[in-house]
Amino acid sequence: MEKNRLSVLTKGIFKENPVFIIMLGLCPTLGVTTQVVNGIGMGLAVIFVLLFSNVFISLLKDFIPSSVRIPAYIVIIAAFVTIVEMLMHAFAPAVYQALGIFLPLIVVNCIILGRAEAFASKNSVLDSALDGIGMGVGFTLSLTLIALIREMFGSGTITLMPMGSFSGVIKIPVLYTYPVRVMTLAAGALLLMGYLKAFFEWYSQRKKA
Amino acid sequence: MTYIAIFITFIFVNNFILSQFLGLCPFIGVSRNSESAIGMGMAVTFVMGIASIMTWIIYHAILLPLQLQYLQTLSFILLIAALVQFVEMIIQKNSPGLYKALGIFLPLITTNCAVLGIAIMNIGENYSLMESFAAGVAAGIGFTLALILMSNIRERLDLHPVRKVFQGVPIAFISGGLMALAFMAFDKSLITNLLG
Repeated sequence: MEKNRLSVLTKGIFKENPVFIIMLGLCPTLGVTTQVVNGIGMGLAVIFVLLFSNVFISLLKDFIPSSVRIPAYIVIIAAFVTIVEMLMHAFAPAVYQALGIFLPLIVVNCIILGRAEAFASKNSVLDSALDGIGMGVGFTLSLTLIALIREMFGSGTITLMPMGSFSGVIKIPVLYTYPVRVMTLAAGALLLMGYLKAFFEWYSQRKKA
Repeated sequence: MTYIAIFITFIFVNNFILSQFLGLCPFIGVSRNSESAIGMGMAVTFVMGIASIMTWIIYHAILLPLQLQYLQTLSFILLIAALVQFVEMIIQKNSPGLYKALGIFLPLITTNCAVLGIAIMNIGENYSLMESFAAGVAAGIGFTLALILMSNIRERLDLHPVRKVFQGVPIAFISGGLMALAFMAFDKSLITNLLG
């Protein structure tokens, strides 16, 4: 049983990674990943919404009639997205500005509705919470990876939260002087996503063989 | 003049898929053949036009006077979900032909970020009612354009040898990236040059 719980938690990170394997939630994945800090901020917002919506939907699964379940799920998700929006506006205004339209768009992120329908509506509260955290962490890691590559090559920096004397920006010597600008643009994001997906395909095929 | 600018902006300059990253899921999912691309594009354009008007009315008639702006996300998504259901029912009853063409795409539209995206953008840009409608339709046309181009590329790709790991989604992304490069030719200066 313990091992089972662990696999519920970890399957979202590699085996069923929402971005690279299931290919859900692509819009924010490419839209906000021009800077590492935005990728992490988006990931944290999604973890929050995913965790609470999974828990609440799992709690309410016996009370929601199945014919109106999708609208009911959307209302629950939208409520938590609004809470995240307000919290970010208050405590991380810079990230709130940078995420812009993609923050309210978490509502229509297929990962969250997908997990609600496929997992939380059928499983216990604890399992749903673990599933939410696992999927959320998998999403955050994928976003951070894409943002790291795009920012490193596109502008030669790694932007993190400023803390104390650390300004929050790490400069990479050669790339800072000669950045590959296309990586920060829309075209670079789509190209990178294609190559990363191909890499994961190659990796999983090699593992099978 | 403003309407022409809105149309050019949302179809070419800020193309929803190729520069805003809105609606990528159907872009990858429904672009395998051109018939379904056209069906999906038409359904999205239709819903986006109506949703732009409805959300504008809700925002300016109810949320703003009562100072309930924080309910924007919640009320818009509910409205869009209800609207899609409603449109589906009307089309099913009145024109079975259209329903046959668009029917299977309509339920997918609720969770299409392009529709909620244009509603939120209209409010952010402070558009008037007619401008919102124009923006909604234009963004829908831009979406359809990208979807049709993509489906044609993918139909051709089927006939060409592609390395195994790149087959399907990866090559679709890379083609999309190259298309986005081409769309970079349309930028803000295009509008100023055209309209003075």
